[in-house]
Amino acid sequence: MSATAAAPAIPEPDLAPVDAILAGYPQTETSLVQVLQDVNRTFNYLPCHALEKVAASLGVPLARVFSVATFYKAFSIKPRGKVIIRICTGTACHIRGAPLLVDEFVRHLGIRAGETTPDMGFTLETVNCVGACAMAPVVIAGPRHHGGLSPADVPDVIQGKSDDD
Amino acid sequence: MTTSLPARFGVPQELEARCARLKAEREGKRLTILVCCGTGCLANGSAKVADAFARELHARGIDADVGLAFKRTGCHGFCQRGPLVVMMPDETFYQRVKPKDVPKIVEQTVVGGKVIATLLYKDPNSKQRITRYHEIPFYQKQTRVAMRNIGLVDPRDLRDSLARGAYLAVAKALGAMTPEQVIAEVDQSGLRGRGGAGFSTGRKWRSARAAPGERKFVICNGDEGDPGAFKDRSILEGDPHSVIEGMIIGAYAVGAHEGFVYVREEYPLAVENLGHALCDARAAGLLGRNILGTGFDFDVQISRGGGAFVCGESSALMKSIAGMVGEPRAKYIHATDRGLFDLPSVLNNVESWSDVPVIIEKGAAWFAAMGTAKSKGTKAFSLVGKVKNTGLVETPMGITLRELIFDIGGGILNDRPFKAVQTGGPSGGCVPAHLLDLPIDYEKLTEAGSMMGSGGMIVMDDRTCMVDVARYFTRFLWDESCGKCTPCREGLSQLQIVHDRICRGLGREEDLPLMERLGAVMETAALCALGKSANFPVKSTLQYFRDEYVAHVRDKRCPAGICKDLTIYRIIDEQCNGCGACLRVCPSKAITGKPKQLHALDQGLCISCGACFDVCTPMNAIAFDPRPHAAAVPPAAPGAAPARRNS
Ligand SMILES: Cc1cc2nc3c(=O)[nH]c(=O)nc-3n(C[C@H](O)[C@H](O)[C@H](O)COP(=O)(O)O)c2cc1C
Ligand code: FES
Repeated sequence: MSATAAAPAIPEPDLAPVDAILAGYPQTETSLVQVLQDVNRTFNYLPCHALEKVAASLGVPLARVFSVATFYKAFSIKPRGKVIIRICTGTACHIRGAPLLVDEFVRHLGIRAGETTPDMGFTLETVNCVGACAMAPVVIAGPRHHGGLSPADVPDVIQGKSDDD
Repeated sequence: MTTSLPARFGVPQELEARCARLKAEREGKRLTILVCCGTGCLANGSAKVADAFARELHARGIDADVGLAFKRTGCHGFCQRGPLVVMMPDETFYQRVKPKDVPKIVEQTVVGGKVIATLLYKDPNSKQRITRYHEIPFYQKQTRVAMRNIGLVDPRDLRDSLARGAYLAVAKALGAMTPEQVIAEVDQSGLRGRGGAGFSTGRKWRSARAAPGERKFVICNGDEGDPGAFKDRSILEGDPHSVIEGMIIGAYAVGAHEGFVYVREEYPLAVENLGHALCDARAAGLLGRNILGTGFDFDVQISRGGGAFVCGESSALMKSIAGMVGEPRAKYIHATDRGLFDLPSVLNNVESWSDVPVIIEKGAAWFAAMGTAKSKGTKAFSLVGKVKNTGLVETPMGITLRELIFDIGGGILNDRPFKAVQTGGPSGGCVPAHLLDLPIDYEKLTEAGSMMGSGGMIVMDDRTCMVDVARYFTRFLWDESCGKCTPCREGLSQLQIVHDRICRGLGREEDLPLMERLGAVMETAALCALGKSANFPVKSTLQYFRDEYVAHVRDKRCPAGICKDLTIYRIIDEQCNGCGACLRVCPSKAITGKPKQLHALDQGLCISCGACFDVCTPMNAIAFDPRPHAAAVPPAAPGAAPARRNS
């Protein structure tokens, strides 16, 4: 599973925000998931050294931190692209054609779900329902929700176009 | 905006007086403009519509008119027609509103009092334009209890909720009832859990109250992992105060002083609005120390889930709140004795909590008057899939599937034949057409081989392949299984391998009994309810749609034309009028042809996605056939399960 095999080496980011995040929570294991949420949101993934910092600060074994970091779907331990494209593959979206959208994104971006383009531009992910089922099939590209898509709309979504542009 | 945020309420009577005043003030408005800013409408661009209203009202200087109110509300439920704008008190209902429509709406409707016909909802069946909210068939049969305030209040404005009577039930419970009386009321109402198995809420609370220990918890389950269900999201986003209110009452009843709301990370707006509501409630003395001066202390924290389906399960959820990996434990330990941090805990679903204040306020008898013999009150459903009107609805229990899908839902998309409705999430089942008149309640759905779950109703037509649906759920659960117990982990892997080969045309007739045997083992031997019910989608599709499985394994044919390895598409020359609809939707450019001339489909380029078939509804000029030599598709590596998603 060498998803980002072709990706250039990413410099370890500045970890200063991690201290700020840790300062906002009680220094116990109970805070682990919440801290990782914030770290993941700040960096778009969980940098390895950030996890070491979190482990030391909360007094949790590093192995336990990794176990939590790899259990939850919201977390990524690999750097992710600038734009994260999340295709909903929940039931409502599935029967309204989500698998076809996945195929189209894979075709256009040249990566599989869970992977990042070599230029770090896009990460393709599938998610199980984003709660906008009435507009199935749904794709979230960066901050934007797109509903009622058909395979032919895929290039526009990648280019960041939307109906009201 | 006439009055400021309420100061701390010192006694229940202060709250009551304030609610009455705010109510009168709100009712005195000549016109209230409600712009839906729920996730669905936001996705359709409602933020820009709301901004346009704010700008336009300001530009015309009418934003200062005390007779006029403008609000950004939660979800009205009819997400598919969004962005929605509703004008009260006339209930004028505008749909698919664009920012450019706003000046016209302000000019003609807000100022001129005239209705703009083109923005009204057009009933797809009667082709009539409908002016008022409650006259629209989608809303006609609804009774909103858990969702009573959504769409009518601004979730960021506590005063709005107070005007609708929020926290009056807290005043009543804490001010005039003993905890035992609260429990008795909830018990007699017949309220059963709205998130999963339908356990009696009153009984659960009673056990937690009886459990020894000083420190107890109440928890709200807002994980909403069932794909296709989004009621909890709408409630948390659109009316967070009702959930908080329910939790305060529950905490008082069981003797807890700490509460958690576990919300999925995928619901950022819910987290935001709930956080806002908690701050407001605290500032008003409705949460925290000495609530309403009654001496009762209770506060609530938000815990954001990390996106794992199994974390909706009670014991896994509590582990997740504690910062750990969400692996369930065996069920013989009850959360009401040893839950979060091994202390007595009550876990209820978002909708259950939201029902509680109404039960306290209007009484158990009022609630129990709705519904069926064993399933009382109302239930929220998310009606999605291949149905004309998709969205969130709430009706009394006992409504039939037919009423829900055909009256409220307006029937099947493109008037295709109904095949099944999937209920109960990944642990549920598919209910076939001959059971459409089934009244929906916990028992009836279970008898039909499905379950209530959290109220997702996913409607399927003849273009849905039931083998593919079962494969989908198997894959979903395999992906979500925590891996702790063998029957679930390995059983799902094997079920998936078998489904994959059936959908590729490599299935054998022995595969069907094999899946049934495998499922039976999982049902008896798995650790938690995820594994115990993981075979239900397979079981119910095998029960009701065995012929489709047989078509796949014996004839190498997918009757719905969905399994790509078994299906090829073609154009029926005599029926093609060259309209070009198929050509525009074809993602692989396999269709060519000049306007008004016969089109051609290049089999070499066709990826069998079926997009052309689905748009060619007036002419029906596309057909599909079994793929010749389907059995020649190369098999997957023997025994290889697909790679796990890497995190
Ligand atoms: C695998 C699994 C997933 C579940 N997911 C949810 C969920 O997302 N939301 C929910 O309220 N209950 C879920 N439940 C049910 C809960 O365990 C629990 O029964 C429920 O939250 C109790 O609240 P209620 O009595 O108000 O329904 C799930 C159960 C299982 C076994
Ligand atoms: S199933 Fe896709 S948003 Fe719910």
